[in-house]
Formats: sequence, structure tokens, C-alpha cells
Amino acid sequence: MGTGHGHRLYRHGDTVVHRLPAHTKLVALVLFVLTVVATPREQYWAFGAYLVLLAAVSVAAAVPAGFIARRMVVELPFVAFAILLPFIAHGPRTEFLGLTVSESGLLGGWNILAKATLGVIASILLAATTEPRELLAGMRRLRVPPLLVEITSFMVRYADVVTDEMRRMRIARESRGFQASHLGHLQVVARSAGALFIRSYERGERVHLAMLSRGYTGVMPMLDNRVTPSNAWLVAGAVPLLAALIAATAWSLT
Amino acid sequence: MHVPDGFLNAPTSVATGVVAAAAVTVALRKVRDEQEEKAAPLAGLTAAFIFAVQMLNFPVGVGTSGHLLGGALAAMLVGPWTAILCISVVLLVQGLLFADGGLTALGTNITLMGVVTVLVGWGVARIILGVLPRRPASVVPASFAAALVSVPVAALAFVGLYAIGGAADLPLGTLALTMVGWHSLIGLGEAAITAATVSAVVGVRPDLVYAARGLQPVLELRSGGAPVPVPVAASPAPPRGSLRPVLLIGGAVALLLAGVVSFFASSSPDGLEYVAGENGFLETAREHVLGNLPLAGYGEVGGIPVGLAGILGVAVTITVGWLLLRLLVRRRTRPTAEPARSMERV
Repeated sequence: MGTGHGHRLYRHGDTVVHRLPAHTKLVALVLFVLTVVATPREQYWAFGAYLVLLAAVSVAAAVPAGFIARRMVVELPFVAFAILLPFIAHGPRTEFLGLTVSESGLLGGWNILAKATLGVIASILLAATTEPRELLAGMRRLRVPPLLVEITSFMVRYADVVTDEMRRMRIARESRGFQASHLGHLQVVARSAGALFIRSYERGERVHLAMLSRGYTGVMPMLDNRVTPSNAWLVAGAVPLLAALIAATAWSLT
Repeated sequence: MHVPDGFLNAPTSVATGVVAAAAVTVALRKVRDEQEEKAAPLAGLTAAFIFAVQMLNFPVGVGTSGHLLGGALAAMLVGPWTAILCISVVLLVQGLLFADGGLTALGTNITLMGVVTVLVGWGVARIILGVLPRRPASVVPASFAAALVSVPVAALAFVGLYAIGGAADLPLGTLALTMVGWHSLIGLGEAAITAATVSAVVGVRPDLVYAARGLQPVLELRSGGAPVPVPVAASPAPPRGSLRPVLLIGGAVALLLAGVVSFFASSSPDGLEYVAGENGFLETAREHVLGNLPLAGYGEVGGIPVGLAGILGVAVTITVGWLLLRLLVRRRTRPTAEPARSMERV
């Protein structure tokens, strides 16, 4: 993960949203999602307004809708739960599309579907416009404990290495005719996992020695000392501010 | 099991966020004891390992496959505090970079999958290791039990959170039964692969498995005369005694839940009582023998408030459990534990 190739969700570009400092985007995202979650679920129009807001951001960031839609598959298991909810919940029954379903279950299902979708879209937009390296620097600027940021940075840096190592082991197994088909094969897969752990752990020890030999004293130096321009906060803050306005209107209408 | 945004309401999300932040803060302090100054690269690489191993699908039954949560596995391999950090970092990266699991639900996810699975798994493993003979191979059954228990307990914790801040009023009894039943099956798969993985590592590099630290047999020098034990450098953090913070935090959380959260708990009948009332056999149930004691019915009788009854209940449970544990451990480990312990001081 150097320059040139980021992680799978990153989409290179040079737009207003891409240029914003990572920590302002991070704060804006958390505030936005928190506002969405706190919105009363009966105000259906509010969620449409949030969606329009996110659509505006995706246009400004030049992230096509198809890109977002393809990444939204992570949400699927909970969509299944949300669809199931009206049928299993308690409470008074109501008619919906010719089916008799629970009223609170219907509302609950809608609530999960709407809020989770908005949260996923917002997270995808952040990941699509921010490189992991910048995100980590942003976390550090937000006073996240340095050790945690360091652990995260090692994880992000080596996730692909370790995953590739696991893939090579799988290819080696399969090229010898192995195919996991019943529980007895668990032993084989677990052996690979054990080997993977030993390799990862020993790599960690080697990385530590390499760091020591380059003068590591326990804390990583902070390389990014730029001052955040105040209009960056204004631009990034516009989204949660508008969301807060929508939420306030929704609350006053209930 | 990644909870998305909007699944739990905002106050519950914020509250679990505070719990998660506290746990991570404690873990950040303790991790240096477990891994010395190598903490950052080792925990980072272990997190990458957990991330990779979560993609490892294994067949569960006909046509279905499950994947590892990894809390118990990480706890056994690198120690509980490092494990909490690893799982939290995995969840953080999944939430931020892969949009998997909501950001407002990050605290919930860390609490359930990072803190609960790790602490429960580690506690179970410590209890089992206290009973089993002191040798490295004992960590295999211990890790099996740890993973087996940790998954349904995490599912139960999820049901508890859902009861406090869930989006729809589901029949809680049914929800708990379904979640725990389903996750017991998942836990079986998790237990099998966790035990097999720990067994693979312990067979090759027993020194790397944190739970097996201090369980290695004492090396002896046998040159003619009586065998002389070889003095070894003390391992940096022998697991002995590290059960205490786990128990303390677990007890504090239980007290908090019992004392504070029970005030917000619904006073409507629980699933079983509801079913009983519906089917009309509630009337046939006789008053409980202890029905006249002040604690029966969790404080509805005798004027003791619900929260206090909860705290008392937890205190009594902990005391009884502790006494049982003392009895059990004293009987099983006294003959073998003493010489090994004196060796550790060398």
C-alpha cells in the first residue's frame, strides 16, 4: 500500500471532497451518521432529504452511483433481517402490500433499512475519497491514542500481505487436490491458519527489529504538521450542519 | 454479526461507545505488559492475521459455511488485552475502509465482538487451565471451551442491548432463544477451528501462545546424578494473576447493568411469562416457595428497588461462584502447582 495503489474502496480523484483534510471529513461523517440515527423514524421525508444530501456530496466528489451501489453488498445480511422484522415482531397488525404484518415491526424494519443504508453510503463516500494513510494521520490529529493509530497503521499496511500469504497457501492446498468438503477437513484449514499466525507473528518481530535499527524509540514521528484552514472545517461541516437542520425540523414536526 | 447504523437507538450506541472506549483505554495500558515494547508491530500484524482469518470460510453443514469471529482465538494466542486491541482495530478498519458495520455502531461492535468475546473466552480458558494439568497441550481444550462459550454469550449480550435500545418490539424471549440457539451452532464451528488452530501453533511454537506461557515443563539437566532443573528466564508476563482484572471489570459491568440498566428495563412480562399468560397456564403456577422473601420477583415484593435487587443478586452470584472456584482450584492444583510456581521465581 504505497502511492499508486490504495485499498479497494479508494477512488482516486482531485475534487473538493478529496482535498479536504481527513480529520475534518472524519468528524463530519461521525456527526452526520449520529444525526441520522437520532432522527425519528416516522418522518419519512427526512431520510429522503439525507439521501439528497449524500447524492450532492457524491456528485461533488465525482463518485458515480454505480460504484456506491456495488459496494453496498456488505449491508445485505441486515437487509434480510429488516425484511423479516415485520413478520416476527409483536404488536397491532396492519395491511401492507396485501400482507398482514406487525406495525412496529414494519416501522422497525424501515428504520434499520433507512439508517443503515445512509450510514453505509456515507462511509463509502469517506473511504472513496480518503486514502488510508491520510485517514490514519487524521485519526492522530483527532487525539486518538498514538499506540492505537500505530497498531491500525500496521494492520492496514500488512493486511494485504497477510491475506496474500493466506491466498498462496490456499492455492498450494488446492493445487494438491485439496477441497474442503466436510468437517474433517477443518484440521487442514486450521493448520494453515496456525502457520499463518506464526508467519504473521514472526513478521511482526522482524518489523520491530527493523524499526529499532532505524531509530524507533516507541513513538512514531508525526510528519504532517500542516495547520487546518478554517474554511476546510466550514466546507466539511456543511453536511452535518444541514443534516442537523433536517433532524431539528423532523423533531419539531413529531 | 457486524451491527449497522440505526439498529440500536442513539443513546444505546453512545453508551456502548463509552464502554468500548474505556475497554480500549485499559487495553492500551495493559498491552505493554503483554508484549513489551514490541506492542505496536505485533498487535498490528496479529490484527492483520485476524482480518485475514475472518475471510477463511469453513463448511458448517450442508451447503453453508461460517467464518471466525476470532475473539477467543486472539485471546489465547496473544493475551486478552492485545486481543481486545486487535479485534477493535479490525472492526475500526472494516467500518472506516470497507463500510462493514456502522460507525455509530462501532462501539457496539467493539463491545460485543471485541470485549465480550475476548473477556468471556479468556475467563473460561483461565478457569479450565486452572483445573487441567499444567502442560502446554492443556490450552487446546481450554481454547475450545473459550470459543464455544464466547460466541453465544456475545449473542446474548446483543439481545440485552437490543432489549434496551432496539428498533422494534420483538418478542425478547424468542429473540434470545433464536440468537443463542443459532450462535451455539456457530460457536461449535468457531470452537473447532479455534482449538485446531491453537493446537497447530502449540505443536510448533508453544512459546508463541500466550495462554501456554508458564505451562512449559521445567527443563532438567540429567548428567549422571539427580536431575537438576535448568533455570530459565522468567517470561515477561506470566498469566497467573491476570484473571483478577478480568473478574473485576466483568463484575463492575454486571453490577452496572444490574443496578442501572434494570431501571430502564421493560416491566412487561418476559417471553416465557408472556407465553404462559397467553396459554393460560400462569394461573396454574403456584407461588414460588421463596415468594415471600424480599428479593423474589426482583424487588417487586418487600419494597426493595429493582436496581438494588439486581446489585444484590450479582453480588450473591459472584460470591457463590468465587467460593466454588476456590474449592475446585484448591483441590485440583495444590499438589502440582507449588513446585512449578517456585521455579518461576528463579
